[in-house]
Amino acid sequence: MSDHPKGPAVLDLDRADLGFSQEVVEAGGGGLRNCYGCGACSAFCPILPKAEGYDPRRLIRLVLLGQRELVLGQPLIWLCSTCYSCQEVCPQQVSFTEISFALKNLAVEAGFLPSGLPAQVDLLSRFGRLYEVGEFENEKRAKLGLPPQESQGGDYRSLLAGLAARLGGAGSRPGPREDKGGGGGS
Amino acid sequence: MRAAFYPGCTVPVRNLNYELASRRVAEKLGLELVDEPRFQCCGFPMKSLSIEDALTLAGRNLALGGGLGLDLVTLCSACAGTLAEAAHELDRNEELRERVNQRLKGIGLKYEPGRKVFHFVRYLVEEVGWERLEAAVERPLKGFGFVPHYGCHYLKPSEVMERFDDPQRPRTLHRLIELTGARAVEDGRAPGCCGGGLLGSEEELANLLSADRLLAAERAGADGLALICPFCNVMLEGQQKKINKSLELDLRVPIFFLPQLLGLAMGFSPSELGFKLNRIKNKELVEAFEDGT
Repeated sequence: MSDHPKGPAVLDLDRADLGFSQEVVEAGGGGLRNCYGCGACSAFCPILPKAEGYDPRRLIRLVLLGQRELVLGQPLIWLCSTCYSCQEVCPQQVSFTEISFALKNLAVEAGFLPSGLPAQVDLLSRFGRLYEVGEFENEKRAKLGLPPQESQGGDYRSLLAGLAARLGGAGSRPGPREDKGGGGGS
Repeated sequence: MRAAFYPGCTVPVRNLNYELASRRVAEKLGLELVDEPRFQCCGFPMKSLSIEDALTLAGRNLALGGGLGLDLVTLCSACAGTLAEAAHELDRNEELRERVNQRLKGIGLKYEPGRKVFHFVRYLVEEVGWERLEAAVERPLKGFGFVPHYGCHYLKPSEVMERFDDPQRPRTLHRLIELTGARAVEDGRAPGCCGGGLLGSEEELANLLSADRLLAAERAGADGLALICPFCNVMLEGQQKKINKSLELDLRVPIFFLPQLLGLAMGFSPSELGFKLNRIKNKELVEAFEDGT
């Protein structure tokens, strides 16, 4: 029953980083330490049956066991679709979706991130949105009687300046999985 | 009745049919949607990089809504979730609010607690109410059946969404479909994740999730699937061809935005509701309600 599909590596208790779980809690992964390992999260996860090795319960356990490198360096933490099914059924108020965001934030700080993400910071800094709204779009809108939209970077350029600098500084190493593009396209 | 209309990134560029139909329905119901041209991205795309930066962007939009003295109404479930969560966090955590406001000060804004964020559909159900909705129906969509697709962030996290609908066995979209006179078709997969959050980085995985949803809807024998989120639309409508190709399927499930169906039942014509922009058509439905053209 506990015959997990092969993860990328086997945990090594000799290399446990005892401060890691606290780091995850502080990064926004509250509730982490409430986990008693029942696996309700995994039972309701829509990703688990479709992505070999992905298992919320296992990830929580690895964090609690201080497996910093093993967790942050692995592509699996980027597979959460943020559907929140796990935390809805958790009897211990563990918010796995939030833990998952905290892990991604920490991975980014450590230099692991999918290659498409910094481009989104750039888009928001330039247009305030993921898609620029130009004349063409507003003409299409006007034909349907819809009011014009404006894309302005201004505020976001200043609010995201710190993040952009941090990402630039991290040298944006190539992501754990290659970005296949497509998401922002059509 | 007035609310600030928060458009988000995707809807005003890619889902004009959704926006058009929602504005018509709002007008019919006496709900004034107030435009605020300074609204920009909700912050959701930044959350993987930095939770607090995402929250700060959300805080900016909430502060703009506060400036209008209005609650926010949005057509995107991801925006609704992100903004509602930000309001929830900022209202409860004074230290965090202080930090975010420190940054917003630089752009001349301040978040004041108490801002409420609604998905448009939730607003219809809770604020407009069933009585007024029922009274607005002029011609029932008899004989048609649609699968309700709730997606995720319309309902969850339920703590943030105040459990306005049951996150495991939701009913609001079923009831709205039934309100139009059509049948709400069960395909056993509600609420159901479309995988949209992974499209940018893990397209194949995202496609697998939507394929399950579409297969179930087709097997259930519905006239289409009714949804309420631009990401669900990108996946279930926009990716349907690719899903067919990569998984060797032959799916053809018409996809509608729920307000288009509400609008039809409220007497608007298909062209007034942007049905031409739906990519996977249901001719029967359009022909049954097209007047003259």
